[in-house]
Amino acid sequence: MLKKIQHLWHIVRRLTGDDAYEVYLKHHLEFHAATIDAPPPLSRKDFFKLWQEGKWKGIKRCC
Amino acid sequence: MHKNFKIIIWIIVLALGISAVCAIALNRGESISAMWFIAAAGCVYAIAYRFYAAWIAASVLVVDETRATPAERLDNGRDFMPTNKWVVFGHHFAAIAGPGPLIGPTLAAQFGYLPGTLWILIGAVLGGAVQDMVTLFFSTRRNARSLGQMARDEIGPIGGAAALIGTFLIMIILIAVLGLVVVNAMKHSPWATSTVAATIPIAMLVGVYMRNFRPGRVLEASLLGVALLLLAVVGGGWINHSQALRGLFDYDGLSLAWMIIAYGFAAAVMPVWLLLAPRDYLSTFVKLGTVILLAIAIIILQPQIHMPALTQFTDGTGPIFGGKLFPFVFITIACGAISGFHALIASGTTPKLLGNERDIRMIGYGAMLLESFVAIMAMIAATVLEPGVFFAINSPAGVVGKEAVDAIAKINSWGFAVTVEQMNQLAQDMGESSLFARTGGAPSLAVGMASIFGSAFGKGMLAIWYHFAIMFEAIFILTTLDAGTRVGRFMLQDMLGNIWPKIGQTSWMPSVILTSGLVVSGWGYFLYIGVIDPNGGVNILWPLFGIANQMLAAIALCVATGILVKSGKLKYAWITGVPLVWLIIVTSTAAWQKIFSEDIRVGFFAAANDLATKLAAGALPPEKAAVAPQLIFNQQLDAYLTMFFVVVLWVVITDMLYVTYKYLAGKPLLPLTEVAHEPSRLVENWVRD
Repeated sequence: MLKKIQHLWHIVRRLTGDDAYEVYLKHHLEFHAATIDAPPPLSRKDFFKLWQEGKWKGIKRCC
Repeated sequence: MHKNFKIIIWIIVLALGISAVCAIALNRGESISAMWFIAAAGCVYAIAYRFYAAWIAASVLVVDETRATPAERLDNGRDFMPTNKWVVFGHHFAAIAGPGPLIGPTLAAQFGYLPGTLWILIGAVLGGAVQDMVTLFFSTRRNARSLGQMARDEIGPIGGAAALIGTFLIMIILIAVLGLVVVNAMKHSPWATSTVAATIPIAMLVGVYMRNFRPGRVLEASLLGVALLLLAVVGGGWINHSQALRGLFDYDGLSLAWMIIAYGFAAAVMPVWLLLAPRDYLSTFVKLGTVILLAIAIIILQPQIHMPALTQFTDGTGPIFGGKLFPFVFITIACGAISGFHALIASGTTPKLLGNERDIRMIGYGAMLLESFVAIMAMIAATVLEPGVFFAINSPAGVVGKEAVDAIAKINSWGFAVTVEQMNQLAQDMGESSLFARTGGAPSLAVGMASIFGSAFGKGMLAIWYHFAIMFEAIFILTTLDAGTRVGRFMLQDMLGNIWPKIGQTSWMPSVILTSGLVVSGWGYFLYIGVIDPNGGVNILWPLFGIANQMLAAIALCVATGILVKSGKLKYAWITGVPLVWLIIVTSTAAWQKIFSEDIRVGFFAAANDLATKLAAGALPPEKAAVAPQLIFNQQLDAYLTMFFVVVLWVVITDMLYVTYKYLAGKPLLPLTEVAHEPSRLVENWVRD
């Protein structure tokens, strides 16, 4: 039962974009962390700023 | 599951769907249950999705799930990123679902429930959802290129420029008409005005919370925001009852219009995290919650539809907007059936998030079906009202007269029963001073939703439900307003940046202020005209928006048809070709009538000339004579705008036909710009081997 609720909570977090930072960290670890002079991952605050800026540039909304 | 069992289930769905559609179409009795609409919609969508969409994806587009999508190939962890299909569905639906499917069906209910409902079902399944799906597919195969770029690459440079300019103009007109809808909901209503005004500081608070206090905690911040919004709805009630405070929020239409214009400019210039982005979160949550709540309420309550299937206004004498059933019901309902704007979204962020091509059917086709369902629910909410009440709320003073008694007499003369006492009681129940001439569709939708919510969840709080519905629509609309102004600002900066590069720098403040000012002036002008127009403004603005939107849809379908032909799939080109031909017929006829019709409620030039003649003869009362020159100018401007739209449409069609001819005749032409196949690493190994 608890597992099901946890699973549901994860889905809700994924759908609302709440876990965007965790997804980014995972991506960074997988693709960028292994090089010699690897750049550190962005802080949560900086990531969120960039994410939001990118979200709002261009044609994103409709009627 | 056993194959025969599946076949039997689908035959049952088909039978249910056919009987539901027949029940709706053939009913000429007193009232019909809303459940027939839900059943018809559900079955039609299920069959279309399972068979038509699947066939298009498999046989026409030939979706290849072993192919790497641009999200995988160009993955940068931010905008290009393979994402879970449900998340992409959510993002795509949230982007395409605007106030359009709520307003269009409500206005089209003037013809009765039947034409609008049939168009929403058939148009979405054969036109809109197909357009969204193929545009998403073609964009994914071209590294998530936008519609304008695809038009330029595949058809010719004119198509690209047409899409760009068309988008810009649609945005301007759309924002103006949405602003008008909100003004009509707020005028002389302290409750509504205070609630809507409260959404601004609430959004800013949530914005600061998400930026500095708890960065990235979307759920937390949104929950806080939604709680505050509900408080604002209740608080509005207290303000409404307090004699001292209610004067602060009681404004007429024109003052509210100026306030909205000022707000639009401020929102466009302020940083996105402060107002726009948090507002967007709040409106998405409120939108989702309300739509789900409405669906549950309709299913629990199973209300009766009181509007007749067809009214006498199919002949063109309708009070809400002039024009006969054909072509205007197809122009009025755009977003719930076919909407060109969706093609921009489908070639915008969504293809950058797509993890695998097989998700295209669910996201492209499925999201549009869901939007169409929202339109059906809006139609239900609009038609549960007594027809007399519906027309009393939606008919402008210019048609039925300013005084309540005159309006009631006029509406009774049309054959719809309603009394002054009934309207006064209804206004009191909803916490408003008056519900007359609140045109634009939003207030009558709110009344419908409030009656459904009230009957399903509790009758004592009708006013709260009504103002909750107004808040839901207003926050929805104002977010579109902000976001649209911002998009318009970017487009303008982009276009002007070709002439003077410094303006193209999106963060340079003087450029931001100038371009935002230009965009806001554009829609502000149309909003101003809509507010001073005694015929309610909806009659002018909404058909203009509908024609422009269908023109963009036709451009998207032209691009899709052109690509299909160039890929050697001429025999399948009808899947986009048939809706395209229909749109061409509808848009051209509507544009022709709007320009050349002698009926002053339809033709722009006819209205302008009539007003000019009356003004010259001194036949207008002083307050009308004062605004008449502006109205005359605007009618002429609208006529030229309509001419521009239809000319652009035909140029793109000619371009596409020329490309088709060149292909069939074997002549050289622009090659397909599809990206080469690259195997996906996200799919299981055995597929690659």
